Amino acid sequence: MNTIDVTRRDFFTTAASGLGGIALSTLLDQQGAFATGAAANPLANKPGHFPAKAKSCIYIFLAGAPSQLDLFDHKPVLQKLDGQKMPESLAAGAKFAFIQKDTARLMASNRKFTQHGQSGMWFSDLLPHLGTCADDICMINTMQTDQFNHHPAQLMMQCGQARFGLPTMGSWLSYGLGTENQNLPSYVVLSAGRGSSGGATLWSNGYLPSVHAGVLLRSQGPPILDLENPAGLPDMLQRKGLDVLRELNQRRYEEIHDPEIASRIANYEMAFRMQTEAPKLTDLSSETKQTLEDYGVNRPEPAERSGSAGVGDQFSSFATNCLLARRMVESGVRFVNIIFASWDHHSNLDKELRYNATMIDQPIAALINDLKQRGLLDETMVVCGGEFGRTPLGENRPGRDGVTGRDHHPTAFSMFMAGGGVRGGYTHGETDEIGWSPARDPVHINDLQATMLKQFGIDHLRLTYRTQGVNLRLTNITREAGVIDALVS
Amino acid sequence: MTLVLRVFAGTKIVLRAMCSSACLMVLLLNSGTLLSMVGAAEDDKTNPIDFTRDIQPILDKCVGCHGGVKKNAGLSVLSRELLLAPTDSDEPAVVAGDISASPLVDRISSDDPDERMPPEEPLEPGEIEALKAWIAQGAQWPSHWAYAPPRPAKTEAASVDHFVLKQLAKKGIAPSESADRRTLIRRLSLDITGLLPTPIEVDAFVHDQSDEAYVQLVDRLLASPHYGERWARHWLDEARYADSDGYEKDTPKNDSYYFRDWVVRSLNDDMPFDQFTIKQIAGDLLPEHTDDDLVATKFHLQTQFNLEGGVDSEEDRTKRIIDRVSTLGTVWLASTLGCCQCHDHPYDPFNQREFYSMVAFFNNADFAGDFLSGSEKSKKPEEVEKLRKERQDKQTALLAVLKVQLEDKSTSNDVIQHLGGLRNFDNQHGLVRYLRERTEDRRQTYVLSRGDFQRPITEGGDLAPSTPVMFPTMKIRGDVPDRLDLAHWLVSPEHPLVARVAANKIWMHLFGRPLVSSPGDFGSRGALASNQELLDWLAHWYVHEGAWSRKALIRLIVDSDTYRQSSTVRPELEQIDPDNDLLARQNRPRVEAEILRDIAIQASGLLSRKIGGPCVFPPIPAIIAEQTYAGQNKFKVSEGEDRYRRGLYTFFRRTAIDPNLATFDCPDSSAAKPQRDNSNNALQALAMLQNEVFHEAAQAFAGRLLKLSMASGLSDHARIRQGYLIALSREPATEEIDLLENLLQQAREYYKSQPDEAIQLIGNHAVGDVDPAENAAWVATSRVILNLDEFFTRN
Repeated sequence: MNTIDVTRRDFFTTAASGLGGIALSTLLDQQGAFATGAAANPLANKPGHFPAKAKSCIYIFLAGAPSQLDLFDHKPVLQKLDGQKMPESLAAGAKFAFIQKDTARLMASNRKFTQHGQSGMWFSDLLPHLGTCADDICMINTMQTDQFNHHPAQLMMQCGQARFGLPTMGSWLSYGLGTENQNLPSYVVLSAGRGSSGGATLWSNGYLPSVHAGVLLRSQGPPILDLENPAGLPDMLQRKGLDVLRELNQRRYEEIHDPEIASRIANYEMAFRMQTEAPKLTDLSSETKQTLEDYGVNRPEPAERSGSAGVGDQFSSFATNCLLARRMVESGVRFVNIIFASWDHHSNLDKELRYNATMIDQPIAALINDLKQRGLLDETMVVCGGEFGRTPLGENRPGRDGVTGRDHHPTAFSMFMAGGGVRGGYTHGETDEIGWSPARDPVHINDLQATMLKQFGIDHLRLTYRTQGVNLRLTNITREAGVIDALVS
Repeated sequence: MTLVLRVFAGTKIVLRAMCSSACLMVLLLNSGTLLSMVGAAEDDKTNPIDFTRDIQPILDKCVGCHGGVKKNAGLSVLSRELLLAPTDSDEPAVVAGDISASPLVDRISSDDPDERMPPEEPLEPGEIEALKAWIAQGAQWPSHWAYAPPRPAKTEAASVDHFVLKQLAKKGIAPSESADRRTLIRRLSLDITGLLPTPIEVDAFVHDQSDEAYVQLVDRLLASPHYGERWARHWLDEARYADSDGYEKDTPKNDSYYFRDWVVRSLNDDMPFDQFTIKQIAGDLLPEHTDDDLVATKFHLQTQFNLEGGVDSEEDRTKRIIDRVSTLGTVWLASTLGCCQCHDHPYDPFNQREFYSMVAFFNNADFAGDFLSGSEKSKKPEEVEKLRKERQDKQTALLAVLKVQLEDKSTSNDVIQHLGGLRNFDNQHGLVRYLRERTEDRRQTYVLSRGDFQRPITEGGDLAPSTPVMFPTMKIRGDVPDRLDLAHWLVSPEHPLVARVAANKIWMHLFGRPLVSSPGDFGSRGALASNQELLDWLAHWYVHEGAWSRKALIRLIVDSDTYRQSSTVRPELEQIDPDNDLLARQNRPRVEAEILRDIAIQASGLLSRKIGGPCVFPPIPAIIAEQTYAGQNKFKVSEGEDRYRRGLYTFFRRTAIDPNLATFDCPDSSAAKPQRDNSNNALQALAMLQNEVFHEAAQAFAGRLLKLSMASGLSDHARIRQGYLIALSREPATEEIDLLENLLQQAREYYKSQPDEAIQLIGNHAVGDVDPAENAAWVATSRVILNLDEFFTRN
């Protein structure tokens, strides 16, 4: 099973320390019971295989797959070849969702690219704020995935393989390292906009114990499901009820000695503490006006709304989620997964992408700057990207007027990272002249995952879980994945 | 102890040592010089080198590079045959009985880092010596326990208790006393029906201490229609049952419940497990099959189905077929056959070709849709005919685009659109899907290189359906084996695995833990049986005496003293037997997700006992209902009694699972799940305390207690006592009553001054004439009872 042991001491210094009023000596007297592991706290904070650079991860998942060719990967030659047929050499093996191969034409980007920071990193005109963070950003333009359709590719990105029932990255980190704050979940999920096609499979614990599942937090109202007392029940009676419950459970424990009961008692107490702690996370009243402005928490929706992003205040929700992410890592949450889905721009690319990019640009830049100012960026890894990229070809789907979008493209796409010891001001890899596939330094998703884990002090080969007779891990066991040293400083 | 040690072939030396079997390993591991020449110990009481225990773990360190996937330098250590075969150097790595002729020995012992194997971490000296000793004695490789058929017991005294006591006696441990009558009836009720016994039933059972009363209780519970509901859910976990297709679209499958209801009925009718198997694997191929036989084949239609635009329909179909074989492997054979879709099995005796030979059984099974088992009831005959015709046309159109797709991959999207249209048609008109073997244009089956549907290996011709060679031969009815032959083969009495695998799971559902702790993997890397004699006897009994009757096997097990033992943990055994493998007591599992809600709403008097029918929608948080991309299918909370149906009937949407199910370890239906997790965490506590469903149960529970003999003005004591009898099936102790009464008093005082909050807390479950403050105080108190560990634990 896990190669990282959970010690009984961890349990007592973390989970049980807040056992309001429980006779700890009763629990301590039953050392044998705890030693079996049934009652050991699976979320206890624990070290990895080697010293870690990063402690927390904020993963911003742009589900639907944004166009790297209109945001990050600047291709001057593609601009010149606009409207030309795709090269014969590429046509042979290509696979598309909707593009008709015979009549497909290369499509230039309507964006203007400029270089930013000391390193001269390229960003399109849709991302002016991110450009100011260039020297903290590690850009990868040669990401590759095995998958072509949304849900399988999203699983690939979150779980390392395109199969159902596998744990997601956040679950692996929770399982491997536990978490620092026992009053909050180790792994939280913030979802804004239209739901992602993967739904809850994108934060599933898979075969790992369910305590490592991502907990979906709401950005408005009570952040965790079932967090509030039932209507009409005051805190005083909640506490009194829990006291009675604890005493009754403890009587039972003394009678039949099952450590699961002790664990149950501790969990009810933790639930009570969560009730107090978790709402503090979403209460933004302690944030300065400047901070709220930096993130754009109160930005209005642009006059020209997007057609596909869903209803409500998308701009405000996404900005709030970025700010919440900082508050969570500040509070010791291990993994924050921000999911925003509506990047599947088969058509109306220019309009839709402008809306989306404008929405994310300022808040993500603010997040990176805010973390940096607070001295948290070194130990917080920010990762951002979609599940694949989009084609240099315009999408000529039959029955649609004009060519205004791009199709799915798994062979080369861009992702970027910042903090957690990654190499700032560095662009990794280079695609060919039209951005079709990597010309050098391809990065498979599993390589990226192995590298991420390394920054957390984890050897991706050694963080395993035995199921169905096999020691499984985040990176696909049938594929050789490797840490890419160039990505880290 | 006397050890007879054989040195190479034939020569014997006798070594006398004062040591137990445990020390033998120490001897083996420390006396390198002696043991490098030493062979097997013949005294079978002393545990000489045991391949499974001593050698296999060492070889496991090699399989990463020398196994079924990679065979570096032409060496595989997966079987004796492969180990002794010539490698790329034309010489074998190991010569049985001859260390000096075995290059492997030099490689593992070498000091030269370039030579030494394994290259990263060398073997421990003790491991090297053990391997040498094993090679010297002839590299014996016993066949895997699970692949030899279970034999009938050698003793007349065979029984559950006989085999359990035998193991306990070896360790000098006495079994636990029987649990008290109250615990027993609650245990039996939860295990067999998943519901609580009523206080009256408990009372009657407590007052009739006879053995017949126990037997009659078991009979009554097994005859209850709720037995089928309870055990159907176990099977649905294995069938990866869901009410939606999964993936992005996650379209509802309005007909899925026909399968669920078929399982419930089959269990209630005690359909023998062999028939149950045959109908699900190949009901459509049975001569004169009934509608129900066709519904049974929906087992295979529980795979996910990707209707997203741009999906390659053939790729998705291939995934479904592969999933069917993998699932069959897990559920009936407890074998990880799915490993072989890309490569030979890394350590069990199955290869990739055998996997695709199994795929060949399923490769021509398509789905059909029709009005089955009364699904046309509300329609006029002419309408039914019209719809049938319409569907036929749609199916024909689908076949036409499929043919085009064979030549031009880019039309796959048309296929997906037709498939989506067909799904909507079936949903809209109430047609039921089932498996139907195609008779024309049959597909040929090939090994798919690395599982890639675009890379069939066509050299050597297509594969005929067949079963892995290491199993007993399949009898076939005609010229070409088909699914029906496969089904008969699975349940043939000679099959070594199926009865063991099935009996192990029945045991698991009655003890909270299986005898083989990896119920989905009986292969070489799975667990050993904690009591092999018992498992084998049960398996043999199940097939022969039991004639595959599940109810008979359940009766056999629950009748035993082993089952009836108290579950009180025995601290003195904590070190000797931490996992309770020896069964010196019963276990105390938390009840499963669905049962937790079932008993909460049962205790509160809300539960509807209606059996079967379309799915229902109990309240789920809006955030979950909305998160699925398939937002067009809104989640509308059921009204009336459908709000309070058993958890088995909750609509299961793959991308938006009811959190009350997921939080309590209900599987996600992505793959067969023979055993659920049994986790214990803080989010569960939040759900039990605050979730809408559980809070409503507390409101109604309070109402139920208040309504009891309202006229006669029952005392607080008496009401709390009733609460205990209903929820825990036992009398409360005075101290327990005092604690709850104290809470009740405080709550009363509070709500007297806060009438608005009182009304809020009571919600929709106010009791007519009762003062809201009194009513609310009871809600605040009764919710504690529903949160007791004892309430949701099967003791």
